[in-house]
Amino acid sequence: MDLLSYSAVELAAAIRAGEATAVQAMEAVLSKIDEKEEQINAYVTLDREAALKAAQKTQKKIEAGELTGALAGVPVAVKDNLCTKGMRTTCASKMLGNFIPTFSAQAVINLEQAGAVIIGKTNMDEFAMGSTTETSAYGETKNPYDFNHVPGGSSGGSAAAVAAGECFFALGSDTGGSIRQPASFCGVVGLKPTYGTVSRYGLVAYGSSLDQIGPLTKNVPDCAAVLEVLATQDAKDSTSIRREDTDFTSALTADVTGLRIGIPKDYFGEGLDAEVKEAVLAAAKALAEAGAVVEEFDLSLVKYAIPTYYTIAAAEASSNLERFDGVKYGFRATEFDGLHNLYKKTRSEGFGAEVKRRIMLGSFVLSSGYYDAYYLKALKVKAMIKQAFDDAFARYDLILGPVAPTTAPRLGESLSDPLKMYLGDIYTISVNLAGLPAISVPCGKDKAGLPIGVQLIADRFAEKTLLRAAYTYETLRGAFALCTDPCRGNMPLRRRTGRAASIEDTRFGD
Amino acid sequence: MSNTKQYETVIGLEVHVELATKTKIFCGCSTEFGGASNTHTCPVCTGMPGTLPVLNKQVVEYALAVGLATNCAITQHCKFDRKNYFYPDNPQNYQISQLYLPICRNGFVEIETAAGKKRVGIHEIHMEEDAGKLVHDEWEDCSLVDYNRSGVPLIEIVSEPDMRSAEEVIAYLEKLRMTIQYLGASDCKLNEGSMRADVNLSVREVGAEAFGTRTEMKNLNSFRAITHAIENERERQIELLESGQQVIQETRRWDDNKEYSYAMRSKEDAQDYRYFPDPDLTPVFISDAWLDAVRKSLPEFREEKMARYREEFDIPEYDIGILTDTKHMADLFEDTVAICNQPKKVSNWLMGETLRLLKENGMDAQDIRFSPANLAKLIALVDSKAININVAKDVFAVMFDKDVDPEKYVEEKGLKTVNDEGALRRTIEEVIAANPQSVEDYRNGKEKAIGFLVGQTMKAMKGKADPALVNRILKELL
Repeated sequence: MDLLSYSAVELAAAIRAGEATAVQAMEAVLSKIDEKEEQINAYVTLDREAALKAAQKTQKKIEAGELTGALAGVPVAVKDNLCTKGMRTTCASKMLGNFIPTFSAQAVINLEQAGAVIIGKTNMDEFAMGSTTETSAYGETKNPYDFNHVPGGSSGGSAAAVAAGECFFALGSDTGGSIRQPASFCGVVGLKPTYGTVSRYGLVAYGSSLDQIGPLTKNVPDCAAVLEVLATQDAKDSTSIRREDTDFTSALTADVTGLRIGIPKDYFGEGLDAEVKEAVLAAAKALAEAGAVVEEFDLSLVKYAIPTYYTIAAAEASSNLERFDGVKYGFRATEFDGLHNLYKKTRSEGFGAEVKRRIMLGSFVLSSGYYDAYYLKALKVKAMIKQAFDDAFARYDLILGPVAPTTAPRLGESLSDPLKMYLGDIYTISVNLAGLPAISVPCGKDKAGLPIGVQLIADRFAEKTLLRAAYTYETLRGAFALCTDPCRGNMPLRRRTGRAASIEDTRFGD
Repeated sequence: MSNTKQYETVIGLEVHVELATKTKIFCGCSTEFGGASNTHTCPVCTGMPGTLPVLNKQVVEYALAVGLATNCAITQHCKFDRKNYFYPDNPQNYQISQLYLPICRNGFVEIETAAGKKRVGIHEIHMEEDAGKLVHDEWEDCSLVDYNRSGVPLIEIVSEPDMRSAEEVIAYLEKLRMTIQYLGASDCKLNEGSMRADVNLSVREVGAEAFGTRTEMKNLNSFRAITHAIENERERQIELLESGQQVIQETRRWDDNKEYSYAMRSKEDAQDYRYFPDPDLTPVFISDAWLDAVRKSLPEFREEKMARYREEFDIPEYDIGILTDTKHMADLFEDTVAICNQPKKVSNWLMGETLRLLKENGMDAQDIRFSPANLAKLIALVDSKAININVAKDVFAVMFDKDVDPEKYVEEKGLKTVNDEGALRRTIEEVIAANPQSVEDYRNGKEKAIGFLVGQTMKAMKGKADPALVNRILKELL
């Protein structure tokens, strides 16, 4: 029995039926981690013993009939910007190198209540700022399909862990594509829910008005099952929304007859890699053949999405990250002269280059004299983009397009040209600006064997339509070989940098 | 200084008021004053990563009530903004406040001045969170932070520059304080910091149109400090202008011990707070229905109350003024009258013994502990001649201290007046026999001598006699 070939839902069913145990599942995952983690580096924090113990405890509860949740016994990997009580939460930053939260994110609590067992915390771009997982202070994560390539980001560790069989599913967060893009690069399914569907309580904020937690899974049914567990209204998050339609697994029917799908012409113009274009259009064709009505339309406003996104996200980030000052928790510079210097040195040493760049950008667009010209204007464009999508959804049930212009870039390629990296977010960020749900489903590979994803976008609260179409496509497509066998690429093992930075500090509650 | 020019002082106030909610503005922590450091805290009000604010509805209701009571227009779609600045008392390094859409705007209050009634405009009222407190540890030579106050709800009431003297400022503050106390929205204690006023002041030549350059004065903890700071700053600015110098726009800190202010920071050092709407909080929508409900729940304010008292109760104007000075005193008066229907006697107890004991103990009306029911019982005891007025005053003192039931207390301590005329007559006979000189004096026309004999009788009766009855029997026997 190769447990790792099971999806999360299949594994939960097998455990419920007594055909497998939570402990066996965790052991299978840990042995895969032993085999691959040295090369992939999907995890920032991993406590094998604690994970096994948690699996044993869960198994006992399952056997005693105390735990009947949909994900009972399934090992899960959690992105490292989600607070986990008693477990280090670093946001892949030196700044939070030994920060141990006193509470868990609501999304994590929901998973635990459903019986999922946390394996560890996955790598990411520092504070979720980046599209490659290379800005992590704990070394980059490699794409399991080719170690010379990035896994995407910022939820790169989560996507790589799912692709490599180092977990059964994972949690990510998506501010401008951070779930969908790595899912696309790593050949897994990633869903960004409607803003307000999953509580943000316990998610270390990057761009608060855009951030949304979501699942990265092996297939669409897993995605629906996990979303069902995550989507609860939470009184601790003012932007959380009460929804009655969260029985997402009920939407898993392979039928798209009469479904109206719009393809934005603007998503297939200059800059889109030919192989990606071909694979995405082939997916559209498959859906059309299955009965969907597919047609092209104009969504030209989308070209303003990148400057709008980087203005709003950076502005919010510059404020959200002010609390990291060396006073209360996390990293503190060892030598400083007075309060101002403590702030300056702590933040200069504690944050990486990309985070500093966005803090500076955000501080600039909010500063007096520039607020109206940049921040306020960006808010207006955001409203216009939302309107453009509203107009589109008056005509279409779904919008279909690529997730990213290319397949996963080579390591190091993106950091040397941040502007190019920002442009890579072109197809994903308008979804966040409009608060929409969207999913990335694998739809092929390029000549080099790197995965390509197709993106489906739905109107707010229309996750069921999204999942139905994604499920239909996945069924039509057939199995997508996950990268569970030895990967190509002969990159020599590199010593990981920055891991286990030793930082002396105190926390509240110590 | 030359006396050729006449100057006018122009003053506007920024008043911070701590609201009397049970919990903080964005989390469920207690707002109670005091407590060991960092005991009234949680991940939210200590700015832990991943935490989110959730607005306390009562804060909005109090702000609405104050806005309505000060004739403000209500912003029915208001928002919270982040004010970004780094300081350790502020755990997130931004304060959640309101800049762009404050909850109340364009109001006014009416004050009494020497020249008659005057309106002071209110520019806006906004809601915000308080900061924590820095404590410097001299022994360890380090600074510590106490976040118990972090997240306590405040409203900031920003006036127009409509005041022209310290007297007007004090009248305005007293009016605000009375209004807010009547609403129960805050206890408004300057000395405890639940009401804080920053004074913006400039001077200009009488008749000038344009305002002069203003300064902002902070750290004013009493009406006395405010008055002194205003007078001091007026003089300082006039001296600068008279000597050909300019007033610099700056923030100054008042030192109450030295009765002197010094510059904290000038306009050039002013921070750019990079205000922007807080994305963690949804806009607050105040429906017509909600607004009406708050409007209907507004209490009767002082002027209306005074008018009603004149109609309903036969008590002096002076008493009416004092009884309505605080809502607590007025409530106590009305509740007691409702029980015993003796307005004059209730007023006498409040105006006399109550005020005396409050002053003696350095207490405010809101610190009064005795209940209306017990005051009514005490009045009934005196009326029925069960105790005399002197005993009543002693009982009242105990009641003031511990809110004891006066009936039980009088019973337990055996303080009831002895109404046995025979026994009293015997005592008086003894007193007369023991004091022949006084008896002689009285009979010789020294009316005052009877006072001594009454006193001796009361002493012999341990105070438990009706002085009127003692008087009658004495006269009879003499």
